[in-house]
Amino acid sequence: MDLSPDQTIFWEYGFITINLTLVTTWGVMLVLIVSSWLVTRKLRTDIQISRWQCFLEMIVTGINTQIEEVGLSKPERYIGFIGTLFLFIFVSNIGIILPGYSPPTGSLSTTAALALSVFLAVPFFGISESGFGGYLKSYLQPTWIMLPFNIIGEVSRTLALAVRLFGNIMSGGMIVAILLSISPFIFPIIMNMLGLLTGTVQAYIFSILATVYIAAAVRNSKEKTKSKVITT
Amino acid sequence: MDINWFTVVAQLINFLILVWLLKRFLYKPILDAVNKREKKIMDQLKDAADKKTIAEQEKEEFKKKNEEFDQQKKGLMDTVVAEAATEKNQLIETAKAEAKGLIFKMEEAAKAAQANENKELAQNTQKQVFEITRKALSAIASLSLEEQSADTFIKHLKASKEEEKQQFIDAFKSHPDSILVKSAFELPTKQQDEITEAVNALLHTETKLQFKTAPGIISGIELSTNGYKVAWSFSEYLSALEENISGETREKAKPNVKEDSDVSN
Repeated sequence: MDLSPDQTIFWEYGFITINLTLVTTWGVMLVLIVSSWLVTRKLRTDIQISRWQCFLEMIVTGINTQIEEVGLSKPERYIGFIGTLFLFIFVSNIGIILPGYSPPTGSLSTTAALALSVFLAVPFFGISESGFGGYLKSYLQPTWIMLPFNIIGEVSRTLALAVRLFGNIMSGGMIVAILLSISPFIFPIIMNMLGLLTGTVQAYIFSILATVYIAAAVRNSKEKTKSKVITT
Repeated sequence: MDINWFTVVAQLINFLILVWLLKRFLYKPILDAVNKREKKIMDQLKDAADKKTIAEQEKEEFKKKNEEFDQQKKGLMDTVVAEAATEKNQLIETAKAEAKGLIFKMEEAAKAAQANENKELAQNTQKQVFEITRKALSAIASLSLEEQSADTFIKHLKASKEEEKQQFIDAFKSHPDSILVKSAFELPTKQQDEITEAVNALLHTETKLQFKTAPGIISGIELSTNGYKVAWSFSEYLSALEENISGETREKAKPNVKEDSDVSN
């Protein structure tokens, strides 16, 4: 039994390997981009719109609202990153209803890549909001003694993000595989349904945690800038 | 459970590409459409609010104008009612005056008609009375009465005043042959001779008179020449009486009408 789709390799040349994770990821990307293009090529701005446009608008405005509720006042700036995180993980996870499908989020490489992107996005947005110095000073809060703990916290939460998603999705797939060998009829279906729920929840958790981390970085930087302005 | 670092990097790149593509094909168009729609709805709401405000203002203006119009209408109505009342009173007064004038005229006309009628009636009565008298006298007229009349005429001729006699002489002298004697009945020769003698005595001439009968005289003698006439007859008496009575009636009618007009005024 393969624990990760990384182990299914289609083509390999030196360190370059085209495995199932990458192929499935491309498939998911293709689905997302093509469906988006199909719907958004004929967008209407009047009151009556198509059902698909309405569906996509609900998703996009829903993500926007969630980002705003977490504390980011300009959600349009972050929806590209956070929305893509959610949609990619969500579509990857609900793909398990397809027979023979192995979600790319069940690969630690994928979740590590996503966690790494969050790890990089947090300072990126923090710095873009309040500058490099302002962002770095947030690691010295409340005192400089907290600097190592803040760095450890940054790394550990990135690690936690990656492992949490990987563990949930991988375990779901593994349970289904084990149950298939024991009782092949009813239980795998129930576990698959549970897997859909878990996948949706994990997509939500991953993206909302990423939003919270970014919001914390942006807010810290803003507060720092504000207090600086007040003292001067 | 191993991490394939190539896959990690590839997935990282894949993810970034996906972020860019979804921004390009999903978020931006959708958010633009939503924003445009919201803007359109906001514009429509603003437009509706503006129109509502304008409508409210127009409503208020219309209400104000309506109230002003009502007040003007009421004022005009009051004026018109007052004018109509004044006009009505004036018309009534004029009509009363006209009616009074008409009544006065009608009364005057009625009185005049009554006076005319009375006058006509009096004249007719006179005529009737004289006609009856004339008929009665004609009925009782006879030759003996004619003889009496001739005698009376002769006496009357002889008893006439000097001035009258002179007038008679002057008139008869110029045309002594054209003296005409009219009587209702043919006079007997004796009477004719007596009349001829009396005339000749008066004129101191020998004149032959012409005798004619004229029933209109009723009874009596009439002697005429050259526009001058000497007569004694019932007809003459009746004509004189008729003349006197008519003159008296006219005199009486005049003061009565004057009195009536004084009363009506």
